[in-house]
Amino acid sequence: MAAPKFAFLLLNLISILPLLVSSFSVDRPTDRRILVLLDDLSLKSSHSLFFSSLKSRGFDLDFKLADDPAIAVKRYGQYMYDGLILLSPSTERFGGSLDVEGVLDFVDSGHDLIVAADANASDLIRNIAAECGVDFDEDPSAVVVDHSSYAVSETEGDHTLIAADDFIQSDVILGNKKIEAPVLFKGIGHSLNPANSMVLKALSASPSSYSTNPSSKLSSQPPSLYGTAISLVSVVQARNAARIMISGSLDMFSNRLFRAGVQKSGSLNKYEKSGNEQFITELSKWIFHERGHLKAVNLRHNKVGESEEPSMYRINDDLEFSVEIFEWSGSSWVPHVSKDVQVQFYMMSPYVLKTLSTNGKGLYHTSFKVPDVYGVFQFKVEYQKLGYTSLSLSKQIPVRPFKHNEYERFITTAFPYYGASFSMMAGFFIFSGVYLYNK
Amino acid sequence: MAAQETSQSATFRHAFGNVLSFAVLLLIGVMAFSIRLFSVIKYESVIHEFDPYFNYRVTQFLTKSGVYDFWNWFDDRTWYPLGRVIGGTVYPGLTLTAGTLWWILNSINIPLSVETVCVFTAPVFSAFASWATYLLTKEIKGAGAGLTAAALLAMVPSYISRSVAGSYDNEAVAIFALIFTFYLYIKTLNTGSLFYATLNAIAYFYMVCSWGGYTFIINLIPMHVLLCIVTGRYSPRLYIAYAPLVVLGTLLAALVPVVGFNAVMTSEHFASFLVFIIIHVVALVYYIKGILTPQMFKVAVTLVVSVGMVLCVAVLAVLIALVASSPTKGWSGRSLSLLDPTYASKYIPIIASVSEHQPPTWPSYFMDINVLAFLVPAGIIACFLPLSDASSFAVLYIVTSVYFSGVMVRLMLVLAPAACIMSGIALSEAFDVFTRSIKFHLVGTTQNPQDNAGDATKVTQNDVKSEKSEDTVKERSSRKSKKDKENIEKPSLVSRVEKRLLVLPLETSVMAVFLLVLLGAFYVVHCVWAAAEAYSAPSIVLTSRSHDGLHVFDDFREAYAWLSHNTEVDDKVASWWDYGYQTTAMANRTVIVDNNTWNNTHIATVGTAMSSPEKAAWDIFNSLDVKYVLVVFGGLVGYPSDDINKFLWMVRIGGGVFPHIKEPDYLRDGQYRIDSQATPTMLNSLMYKLSYFRFVETDGRGYDRVRNTEIGKKHFKLTHFEEVFTTHHWMVRIYKLKSPRNRIRGKTKRSKSSLQKSGTSPSSKRSTRKRNPWQ
Repeated sequence: MAAPKFAFLLLNLISILPLLVSSFSVDRPTDRRILVLLDDLSLKSSHSLFFSSLKSRGFDLDFKLADDPAIAVKRYGQYMYDGLILLSPSTERFGGSLDVEGVLDFVDSGHDLIVAADANASDLIRNIAAECGVDFDEDPSAVVVDHSSYAVSETEGDHTLIAADDFIQSDVILGNKKIEAPVLFKGIGHSLNPANSMVLKALSASPSSYSTNPSSKLSSQPPSLYGTAISLVSVVQARNAARIMISGSLDMFSNRLFRAGVQKSGSLNKYEKSGNEQFITELSKWIFHERGHLKAVNLRHNKVGESEEPSMYRINDDLEFSVEIFEWSGSSWVPHVSKDVQVQFYMMSPYVLKTLSTNGKGLYHTSFKVPDVYGVFQFKVEYQKLGYTSLSLSKQIPVRPFKHNEYERFITTAFPYYGASFSMMAGFFIFSGVYLYNK
Repeated sequence: MAAQETSQSATFRHAFGNVLSFAVLLLIGVMAFSIRLFSVIKYESVIHEFDPYFNYRVTQFLTKSGVYDFWNWFDDRTWYPLGRVIGGTVYPGLTLTAGTLWWILNSINIPLSVETVCVFTAPVFSAFASWATYLLTKEIKGAGAGLTAAALLAMVPSYISRSVAGSYDNEAVAIFALIFTFYLYIKTLNTGSLFYATLNAIAYFYMVCSWGGYTFIINLIPMHVLLCIVTGRYSPRLYIAYAPLVVLGTLLAALVPVVGFNAVMTSEHFASFLVFIIIHVVALVYYIKGILTPQMFKVAVTLVVSVGMVLCVAVLAVLIALVASSPTKGWSGRSLSLLDPTYASKYIPIIASVSEHQPPTWPSYFMDINVLAFLVPAGIIACFLPLSDASSFAVLYIVTSVYFSGVMVRLMLVLAPAACIMSGIALSEAFDVFTRSIKFHLVGTTQNPQDNAGDATKVTQNDVKSEKSEDTVKERSSRKSKKDKENIEKPSLVSRVEKRLLVLPLETSVMAVFLLVLLGAFYVVHCVWAAAEAYSAPSIVLTSRSHDGLHVFDDFREAYAWLSHNTEVDDKVASWWDYGYQTTAMANRTVIVDNNTWNNTHIATVGTAMSSPEKAAWDIFNSLDVKYVLVVFGGLVGYPSDDINKFLWMVRIGGGVFPHIKEPDYLRDGQYRIDSQATPTMLNSLMYKLSYFRFVETDGRGYDRVRNTEIGKKHFKLTHFEEVFTTHHWMVRIYKLKSPRNRIRGKTKRSKSSLQKSGTSPSSKRSTRKRNPWQ
């Protein structure tokens, strides 16, 4: 049973070996090898549900203590891992050669990252988060407190274990199945720059939440972070499609909260099991490119009635354009079906903008007339949709004016002029004959 | 008996003279060719400067793809993303000429490369041009003047500057075409032959193919025709010389794609049509005068004049209205700047920014035409003795070309042939007079017998006269030749007396001849020096001589080679337009703007980017898909025509279209400076940063050897660009646009803020932890 699976894995590894330079191979974007850095090896058992869900999906986890001097993500210029999970909120320095820049380089070369912080998050973790556009509350002792949507428990507590159910509205990121139960969260909040389009709130706090030190009295000043401005879990999709998840709570990954029942205060619904497992699992699927990864291939164009791709068009040519878009399902490429893929025929600004029609099998196509303007155009497909990797394709194609012999040779309206010139020629000929020889 | 003998010796002398002048012409051709080879000998056989690279590239395309593809060539590697229809916007004469030469050579199995043919096209055509000068001057003032003028033209520095080997530009063939067209015009004028008139139109067609300067011809010839009519020199020969030229020439000119309908629609051509009408009216008047009695004619004149005046006024009003309705008054900018020298600098910075469009300075006249400047007035006087149609044309030519050369230094090139012709006439007339005097004295002293001497002089004189009368078929007035004949028929005594009156003393003549030869020698020395030292630099390779020997700066080719080897084929390179042609030709990369400055907005966009701060510039360049930015920087080696010195033009041209770029922002108290007194806008502009990035690392203080000052901002980092290549002498620097940030950073820079916090809040538990303050 295990042998074929291993063989399969090995085969996979071999097949992706030549492409190890970038994280996800073009053929199989899903990550395979993941380095997990822990503060404490006890996390391995206390968060085992999370890890076993990853393992069961075929990931190859490598656990290391965060200050293990043997940590290295790169060898001979090549990354040895496709993903990195930092469950080490209090680590001030990583062991080995890894540092903030190392983690960011890892991301910038297209690898994925999960970062979990908690109430005593170190500067290191905060720095990494800030570099990704996530700003944890600057007050080191502040945690998210919510007096209206906390998780009901036997003891009254300080309302720091909150039940959040304000998820990002995206099936791509969180899966098709709706998450019914609220997610239990205990940790610190962060804010995002609204101008930053790459970072998204995967789980937002409720309007009544705020970030403060629960043991201290509220001062007259409002807390620096409050309401829906607080993000509990954020995801980032970088330009190179590397995905990052940043959570303010390490506990939300834990077996305890995975299994705990939840009842949101003020709500009568009591759930046997919190939404944590589903939320974390689905989100990790997205993070590790098991979902929401698009590829576009076979960008083609040709004149109507021809099949060869020309090196240049003429103005007013009719052309056909097609592109195939596929989506990674976690195990294979399936056609991506959407009605809003558009192509631009672009020279400094789009001269033609058309929505592509699809045949449901991944092929998108359209046809249009080249505008009456010559120049160096581009076919551009810019497809950016929530949750999906962005597609940005362009193909340059020059458009030339008419050749000298492509204009109409005789224009009907000009016949009087032709008549005039030919009669003139004939007249001149006759005149010359008469003038020269009639004496 | 004696008469027969003398006539025999005369024909012998004539034949000998022909052979001699043929040999001299051949030598002149060889000299014209070889004096232009200094650039090949001193540097290498390489295409020069900027525009020749474009012509070279076009020629390569022509030889590879054929005439029709060349005609329809849409070039997608320049003016990205607009592209350029090269076939329709280029004067094809030069390219077709070189292409034909190459084709002929290859078809007779002389396998020269296209580049070699291109390099040597200009010298070959300068030999042709000197022969054409001989023909033209011969038509004006006889063979002696022709030979002198040809010799002068073969080595006139002004022409050398545009036609050294490798200077593969339109002017190389256009000057030949110009002179040859003038020759055919004068030939037609002198002979009245329709054959020459047709040839003239074809030569004019070749000129139109070759150079935009053809408008000079199509305005000068009408002016001359008008001059002839006004001075009462109208003749059927004039009509034949002019009317076919206008009709055929205009039809042929319209065939050239770049001219097209301009041949009938722009104001530059209107003069020719106006004169065309006038010459017909005049012809009609002469005809009517012939068939009417004088009294009837007077009546007719008053009638026609009064009606004609009304009509003329009406037509003129319509014309003026038409012309005035077009925005530039129907004149293109370049031509307008000819009429009003201040026009360009006032309204069109892109024209004013080109140094060859500036008015020349006085020294440049001495540099470019040297002693000819002194000989020209003498030539003009000689042209008036006697004034013929041909010589009046020469006078008109020199006068107009002097004016035009005063407007634009580039048009010195048009002046040069005129100056050579005039000086040739002057020199030859002077030699004529002096040698005649010397000969007279020598004959008078050595041969005592009066009669013999008289006979001899008579013979020579007759010879001269008859030669002249042969030549003066051209000379308009039949009275003149009649007089000549009378002269000849007159007894020798009278002519002898007349001659004696014209004779100068022997010593003076010898002295004068000696001085003239000396003058000529100075001219030769100067020309050779100019050809060898001043005008042979290819500007793509620079040299400098210092105490430790010769330095060669081959940075341009280094940079272009880097581009062609290290960048993708479709990458776009942005630079100031001067380097556009070279980049496309040598690096084979797409450029945004180039030396064909047809789209001012596009150039202004690049100018704006260069004058903007980094981020704005990055946005502009990115919107144009630019990958690399190339700047030329001379501060390290003292190369003065670098981008920093051109920068104000970028600001001006950019500001002309995008008003947020303001020239005063770049000037401190009206002064252009790059030292610590420079304005912040200047110091933050992209051009400054790209030029001086890391410059301080060279000598520790950033001393600019061109501006002779220490730069203002020395240590800075580039945020949106990264240096990818800098040539050996830092003359060309290539930067790459950084790709946009992979992630967007959050608002807090954690390490700093937490550092401060840990310092200020001792109660924090984390302050007790061990930390690295530099982390």
